[in-house]
Amino acid sequence: MNALPRSARALIALFALGWTLLLAAADRDYGLSPVRIADDTWALVGRSEDFSVANGGNIVNTAFIVTRDGVVVIDSGPSRVYGEQLKRAIARVTDKPVSLVVNTHHHPDHFLGNQAFAPETLAALPATIKGIHSEGGSFNENMYRLAGDWMAGTEPVAPTRQLAAGPLVMGDHRLELIALDGHTEADLVILDRSTGVLFAGDLVFNGRTPTTPHADLSHWQAALDRLEKTPFTILVPGHGPVAADAGPIRQTRAWLTWLDRHLRQAAEDGLDMTEVLALPLPAEFRGLAVVNAEYRRSVGQLYPAYEQRALSGERRKP
Amino acid sequence: MIKSALMALLLAGASIVGQAAERGADPLDSPRWSDMRKEMFPAAAKVVFDERVKVTAPLTAENAMNVPVSVDAGALQGVREVLVFADFNPIVRIVRFEPKGAQPSLGFRIKLQQSTPVRAAVRTSDGSWHVGGTWVNTAGGGCTLPSTGSASPEWQKRLGEVSSRVWARKEGGERIRLRIIHPIDTGLAAGIPAFFLQDLDLTDDKGKALMHIEGFEPIAENPVFTVDVPVARASAGYRVSGRDNNGNAISAVIDK
Repeated sequence: MNALPRSARALIALFALGWTLLLAAADRDYGLSPVRIADDTWALVGRSEDFSVANGGNIVNTAFIVTRDGVVVIDSGPSRVYGEQLKRAIARVTDKPVSLVVNTHHHPDHFLGNQAFAPETLAALPATIKGIHSEGGSFNENMYRLAGDWMAGTEPVAPTRQLAAGPLVMGDHRLELIALDGHTEADLVILDRSTGVLFAGDLVFNGRTPTTPHADLSHWQAALDRLEKTPFTILVPGHGPVAADAGPIRQTRAWLTWLDRHLRQAAEDGLDMTEVLALPLPAEFRGLAVVNAEYRRSVGQLYPAYEQRALSGERRKP
Repeated sequence: MIKSALMALLLAGASIVGQAAERGADPLDSPRWSDMRKEMFPAAAKVVFDERVKVTAPLTAENAMNVPVSVDAGALQGVREVLVFADFNPIVRIVRFEPKGAQPSLGFRIKLQQSTPVRAAVRTSDGSWHVGGTWVNTAGGGCTLPSTGSASPEWQKRLGEVSSRVWARKEGGERIRLRIIHPIDTGLAAGIPAFFLQDLDLTDDKGKALMHIEGFEPIAENPVFTVDVPVARASAGYRVSGRDNNGNAISAVIDK
């Protein structure tokens, strides 16, 4: 061994460490089983939970469309291991190669599986790509903390291909890319006009409380108005079960509308943040998954802005 | 035989633990409590845990840069001062306040470095200290991150700017909420010196004291304070004045 220069030994050590990390993740199995939801179309529905070591971050929905010219993947999941297992799950359904991987927005559970796919297939809206560049590193670190070993070997990879709103023909599927925002700065919705499936990303949650770390509630509500006017047959939300009607759109809007009014009223009433956290939730929302934790997070994320408006006298009409 | 001897030993152990609890063991069971006792209070001082001192904070705080905390010592008579501290914070002291006419309560936000008890120690007129608190679980890191303000020149133009509002309370009296533009850096982020609010005095419109607040580094950026004023001290208007550790003055009229 001494014959090897120090740099070579360091490289070998690094290589060994890399493999150890990958092997640690290798025995992790998300048990991904694609469910056929329409012609050529499969969805993988995650758990309606918070990120945890138990679920490995698989709280998200991903999906894919098998077109004549290759497979379109919608979101790549929360980790490298997820991305690799998603790729294998696709290969069990079709022998067509993956030709496009779309990240609907820049949250970690929607793009940290990108490593598993060829870089030139990765695509997203420009602001999503920018968000992955600026926040991907800290999201990834945070996911290691929340999901542990499942994240082994995961690094953020930003798409280079920029998408724009408008039609996109992929083989025999006529897709419509709808560029919206409100959940984050850029939320891409994909409507497959050939099947009527609407992939709504995190603009729509179903049975699970929406998350708001980058939310603009009024933009989000406007985006939901637009989606409700969009004709579809099947709705794939970002989180929660696939639906055949606009129920999840209305449910997401009901929560956001309530949250907006509730926080504005609390700020107008002069409540301290700890008092806002202690307020009871309306009965209609108590059945939503992780509602208490998401309410607490949303208060922390959003209340300071409402408070500031109330204090500076920039008061909006209720 | 062996079993019964074991049982006896276990029982003896349990009774020793029980006695410790009676003598005033830390209800938050923090390994740092004995250090806190030595650091925060004179050796001769009477220090008791007291459930009447209410500290409200979320059990889990995702944003360690902005953890909301409310302290309420309104159930105690003759409150002279309240010292708020966090056992496991690199800078333990958070805020100290003297209610000089205002209610002995204060709402504010803090930075935490890791999961920790957050406690309020209340000194009453007999000189004894009453300690209440709660655990806050957080991924932390809030104390060693630079403030948002430190990366932007914007705050320099607005440093010390106060926005405020007064509410009539259903319970009687008034509530004052105020926000001060200040980056508040702990000095623990590399290359950024400590920069924080040191003194704030809240008075009525005649200049008569209502509360003195002494701030330390772990108060959150652009701090927001909630102060309640009893009916007897309600005033046509209020004033706030103070300074940070660099001598920048804060002065504002709080209009109704």
